[in-house]
Amino acid sequence: MSRIIMGIESSCDETGVGLVRLHDDGTVDLLADEVASSVDQHARFGGVVPEVASRAHLEAMVPTANRAFEKADLKLSDVDAIAVTAGPGLAGALLVGVSAAKAYAAALGVPLYGVNHLAGHIAVDTLQHGPLPKPCLALLVSGGHTQLLRVDDIATTITELGSTVDDAAGEAYDKVARVLGLPYPGGPPIDKAAKQGDPRAIAFPRGMTGPRDAKFDFSFSGLKTAVARWVEGAERRGEDIPVNDVAASFQEAVADVLTAKAVRAAKESGIGTLVISGGVAANSRLSELARERCEAAGIELRVPRPRLCTDNGAMIAALGAHVVAAGVRESTLDISANPALPVHVVSV
Amino acid sequence: MLVLAIDTSTPAVTAGLATLAGADVSVLAERVTINPRAHGELITPHVLDAAREAGVTLREVDAIVCGVGPGPFTGLRAGMATAAALAHGLGIDAYPVCSLDAIAATAQAGEPFLAVTDARRREVYWAAYDADGHRADGPHVQAPEPLGLPVAAGDGALLYADKLAVRTIEPRYPTVAGLVTAARPSFDAEPAPLTPLYLRRPDATEPGARKRVTA
Ligand SMILES: [Zn+2]
Repeated sequence: MSRIIMGIESSCDETGVGLVRLHDDGTVDLLADEVASSVDQHARFGGVVPEVASRAHLEAMVPTANRAFEKADLKLSDVDAIAVTAGPGLAGALLVGVSAAKAYAAALGVPLYGVNHLAGHIAVDTLQHGPLPKPCLALLVSGGHTQLLRVDDIATTITELGSTVDDAAGEAYDKVARVLGLPYPGGPPIDKAAKQGDPRAIAFPRGMTGPRDAKFDFSFSGLKTAVARWVEGAERRGEDIPVNDVAASFQEAVADVLTAKAVRAAKESGIGTLVISGGVAANSRLSELARERCEAAGIELRVPRPRLCTDNGAMIAALGAHVVAAGVRESTLDISANPALPVHVVSV
Repeated sequence: MLVLAIDTSTPAVTAGLATLAGADVSVLAERVTINPRAHGELITPHVLDAAREAGVTLREVDAIVCGVGPGPFTGLRAGMATAAALAHGLGIDAYPVCSLDAIAATAQAGEPFLAVTDARRREVYWAAYDADGHRADGPHVQAPEPLGLPVAAGDGALLYADKLAVRTIEPRYPTVAGLVTAARPSFDAEPAPLTPLYLRRPDATEPGARKRVTA
């Protein structure tokens, strides 16, 4: 007998409600994935404003849930379990989703599972490519996180191999976009400009790649500063800024470091599958370079389609389904939202 | 009519059940914890505990009443998200009520009075009521100072009695009886949207000119 899992996501600026069907054999099908974004309200501030995001979550939560049930042609009473992002993320934003999820669980009389947003980014790949091999590696890259993870069991056992020591990759995109006069969020406009530019035009630094640096950690703060320095130098000399070349060279540096470290981790641990997910996974150069390097190293590369890579409720429903299937105990209704939930805590 | 009432606009995390027959409100069970940092953790457990004590299931609830502030934002949203999702999940309506009106509904002033709550940042939320408890002014947010009436209910009144120049009366926080009483006139119509009374704009500044990294 299959089960319906409702997933609720509110860790940043997207209010997401997803519905999935968990089959007895452990496979999971996507039924609905509705997202309301407040990104436009943050654009003029150049980054997510927590209070604005929290207000938008409260407004969007029930309407988004309604749309998901309509899309899936299901009733609320069809739900067998509810999963919600318990962290990490913005405290006030998480609180809206967690509060709503508890109330849905209480109203419907079904179990609640507070789950990890980062694990959700990996679990979502099973909706497109089927069960994950055990173990596999995951590279999470987005505006909020940059992490290299070893996944022995998506429902229970995730280990961090490395993460960014300063900015997330997506943050560096936003800051460089600002330097280049491109709009927020910076990922799509830089990707677009980079396609017209020469990635070898400027040799920007590759952070954390020295012999003494932590093998699997990342740093993008120096790169961001180097780009700003280069642009200011050109401005001072009265030169036109070759926006496309700067974008392409910056993007090359990001993609180079991310893929080099991920492939190295795979080789050293003898793991044959790499999943790349998170908002930056949609970046064209990152996926292209990852494909080249994984192919050369004989590693299977899995990248969920862009719609699944960004924050959504389907990823939380998918993770919830795997947690339910693994027989993990349900959460109590007094759980807290944890803005700093560590990645190895898959469910709370 | 069985009503579930929720309010998280003050440091009190409040949930309870009451029956409403005509104008008579009778409270069956009420759970209150004073903890400004635990709204998200406690509100749903309080709802379930109150239902258990009242000997009812949530399926039997006919309507929800929710205090919509004004109140410090994060805690307020915990209760409102809970009320909205409970109403959706149970297929019933949720009726908004100004949390200051809920305080005023059980205050026994016998003369015009204020309801005042703590807005933090050395400010208060307040509204003024006539002798019958009908709102005459507000809600507003501002620094505490004399507001033209000598009597006030609410935790903000206790906190700033000197600055407001008031004699304080009960209650300190919205109660289940106050919430249901204040919402009663709205039960005859379609419920208004469950929209928080924020009264303040979000703290956010648009970035100025980009800082240069080179001198
Ligand atoms: Zn994310």
